[in-house]
Amino acid sequence: MKFLKNIRVVLSVLFFLPIFIFFIDFTGKLPLQLHKLLSIQLIPALLSVNLMVLVVLLVLSLFFGRIYCSVICPLGVFQDILTWKSRFFRKKKKKIRYEYSVPKNILRYSILAITLIVFLCGSSFLVILLDPYSTFGRITSQLFRPLAIWGNNGIAYVLSGMGNYTFYKVEQVSFVPLAFGLALCFFFLVTQMSWSKGRSYCNTICPVGTTLGLLSKFSLFHISIDESSCISCGACEKQCKSQCIESATMKVDDSRCVSCFNCLSACKKGGIKYKFRYKGKETLPVQQPVSNSRRTFLITSGAVFASVALANTNRIIGKKDTILSRKPIMPPGAGNIDHFNAHCTGCQLCVTKCPQQVLKPSVLQYGLSGITQPHLSFSTHVFCTFECNICSNVCPTGALQPLGMEEKKLTQLGIANFRKDKCVVFTNDDDCGACSEHCPTQAVHMIPYKNGLTIPEITEDLCIGCGACESICPVRPYQAIYVEGNSKQVKARKPSEAKKFNKKINDFGF
Amino acid sequence: MKRRDFFKSAALVGIASFFKTNSFGSVLSGKEMAVHSEPDLVAVMGGEPEVMLLRALKEFGGIKNFVKRGQKVVIKPNIGWDRKPELAANTNPQLIGALVKLCKGAGASEVIVFDHTCHDWKKSYTNSGIEKAVIAAGGKMVPANDESYYREVEIPRGVNLKKAKIHKSLLDCDVWFNVPILKHHGGAKNTISMKNLMGIVWDRSFFHSHDLHQCIADAATFHKKPALNIVDAYRIMKSNGPQGKSISDVVMLKSLLVSPDFVAVDTAAMKLFSQVQPTDLKDVRYIELAEKLKVGTQNLEKLNVKRIKL
Repeated sequence: MKFLKNIRVVLSVLFFLPIFIFFIDFTGKLPLQLHKLLSIQLIPALLSVNLMVLVVLLVLSLFFGRIYCSVICPLGVFQDILTWKSRFFRKKKKKIRYEYSVPKNILRYSILAITLIVFLCGSSFLVILLDPYSTFGRITSQLFRPLAIWGNNGIAYVLSGMGNYTFYKVEQVSFVPLAFGLALCFFFLVTQMSWSKGRSYCNTICPVGTTLGLLSKFSLFHISIDESSCISCGACEKQCKSQCIESATMKVDDSRCVSCFNCLSACKKGGIKYKFRYKGKETLPVQQPVSNSRRTFLITSGAVFASVALANTNRIIGKKDTILSRKPIMPPGAGNIDHFNAHCTGCQLCVTKCPQQVLKPSVLQYGLSGITQPHLSFSTHVFCTFECNICSNVCPTGALQPLGMEEKKLTQLGIANFRKDKCVVFTNDDDCGACSEHCPTQAVHMIPYKNGLTIPEITEDLCIGCGACESICPVRPYQAIYVEGNSKQVKARKPSEAKKFNKKINDFGF
Repeated sequence: MKRRDFFKSAALVGIASFFKTNSFGSVLSGKEMAVHSEPDLVAVMGGEPEVMLLRALKEFGGIKNFVKRGQKVVIKPNIGWDRKPELAANTNPQLIGALVKLCKGAGASEVIVFDHTCHDWKKSYTNSGIEKAVIAAGGKMVPANDESYYREVEIPRGVNLKKAKIHKSLLDCDVWFNVPILKHHGGAKNTISMKNLMGIVWDRSFFHSHDLHQCIADAATFHKKPALNIVDAYRIMKSNGPQGKSISDVVMLKSLLVSPDFVAVDTAAMKLFSQVQPTDLKDVRYIELAEKLKVGTQNLEKLNVKRIKL
């Protein structure tokens, strides 16, 4: 049955690599269609209520166990790669020898329950923090992507010195310490846990792993030890990165098995097999009643704890909102702020795909519940491009609803505010007009001021809040024109067209 | 004012005729010189961009008069915006393509095209159609989105803009062409050849915060002048510039103005533009300011202007 492991490895690489490269790609050359690989991730599918994906994942897990964790989840495959690579750093033992460990049931079920309850009470905080796909997205976008860009810039620097512009320098403006720190913490946590303990992160902390573990207890196929041919040599146990095989008692803990099939390759006696669980007599529902009361108790106690925590979180958010100097500007397609905050997992995909890098992970702009969710942050030449709707079309969780190009051009993310007393036309009596020049809808336009000078004026219902005006305003550090975010994105008025000029010009005029 | 203008132009003409007679060492009169010498400004109307370009260059003795074998050439169009060619926000791609081809034909070792764009540079290069046209003609698009591509130079004759960081490829080339498009402009009133110089500079915001018009005029005093200013007026943007809102802002003029003189070509372009959208030349302040800095002349009557209708 060795072929099962090989199939698993090939499939996992096929799923992992495109996702990894998609997050790293800073040239925008990869097809955006790749984002569809991400909508099959469990949490995004749950949040966007993608029924087809959910049914497929459910059926897959009920048939084959936690195949998802071994093949589809990028954080899972990432850990396998780490463990595999870790061999090269070990001095004596070439291969890790795992040992059976007792399941940390209290911990894993509590984490799952609390995450669920906190989410149902309206805070995405724990979902953002613990969704494995989003954790992987943050690690890749915050740690690996910058490394790739630095490499590129180094090459570009050397080559452009020789007059070769095949590589160009990519500016990196989206460094946000909090998102970076969070990614770094989880990178170390995951690395540390997977280094010698295989999939212990997936079996202790990850709420997706725990959920699928509950399902895989009933999967049609599972790993089981054939008591007649097993000699309890422990070869399979040493290979089990989930540490769920106890060779002495010939038991396999199905809830922690990620169907990696490493054990099958290890056994020389054919004593461990991947086989059909139900042999006619036993029926589905009879299996589980044993530990039910204990679990219920754990979940309820978790719920009490979580509710208290949640109440406090809400209070903090309430306070933060009033302190903030300006309302956050959500990416196009976010709709209203409650929907957005509840659905975004801060995976950073839109942030990495934003050609202008105007999208950045938030700190506390959305409160604690919305940590690392994207928002627009303008700086010189960095604003939301008029002819672009990429972010809304790559979001796997449905936090951003896809917008057509024409629809996006009329989506009002916020409204520009003009502070006349800071404007250079007012303070220096100089012509400027940079804001109006950059305004795609002419919501910011120049009106007569004095001595032939013109000064900006804003027509609010034309403004889409793209921030072009704010990004170019020469008044620093606090621009004379800035955008205040909408908590509900509305449709802006379509700009009226200029009067057409139909006469024919036949002379030069000079 | 009139008297002052008169004195100024009289002085200019005086100086000019002095140089001409001196350099040729002959006794030819100024009038005869004007007839035989190259034109100061050529205006063409009624053809496709490539055809008008060829026709205009013919008046200047052809491209070989400007580009020698083995030279590095830079072409600086307006590619400021992520807009399609039909919206006339960027220089006509056919015109740029044709110019690249001519330069390559004249033996240029390399033809480089860039602009310090306002919108995302990659999208602007692509959607303007210029990248495709340049590459098809054998030229090279070069990025200008990072400070490392620029080098600081002195602009001793500048009033507000005394030094600026200018794109290295332009500083290091043998000859360059300034190829703007004629457009309405919310800030500078109009953008033609001198305003196009903002795209060779790194710090554009300095212009906006230190009297835009003066800085534009200052930039035009930079010692490395373009061999020619080739003003694309095939399609012009008459309103809502510099980005434009829709096709209603665009007017087909099928024209092309060519001159080595910044001030003259901008003056001529404004007169052409005013037939569509009446504009007071005085409002485009940088033209007058540049003339004061002796960049060129607004007095088209004193120049040898060729007007060609196809």
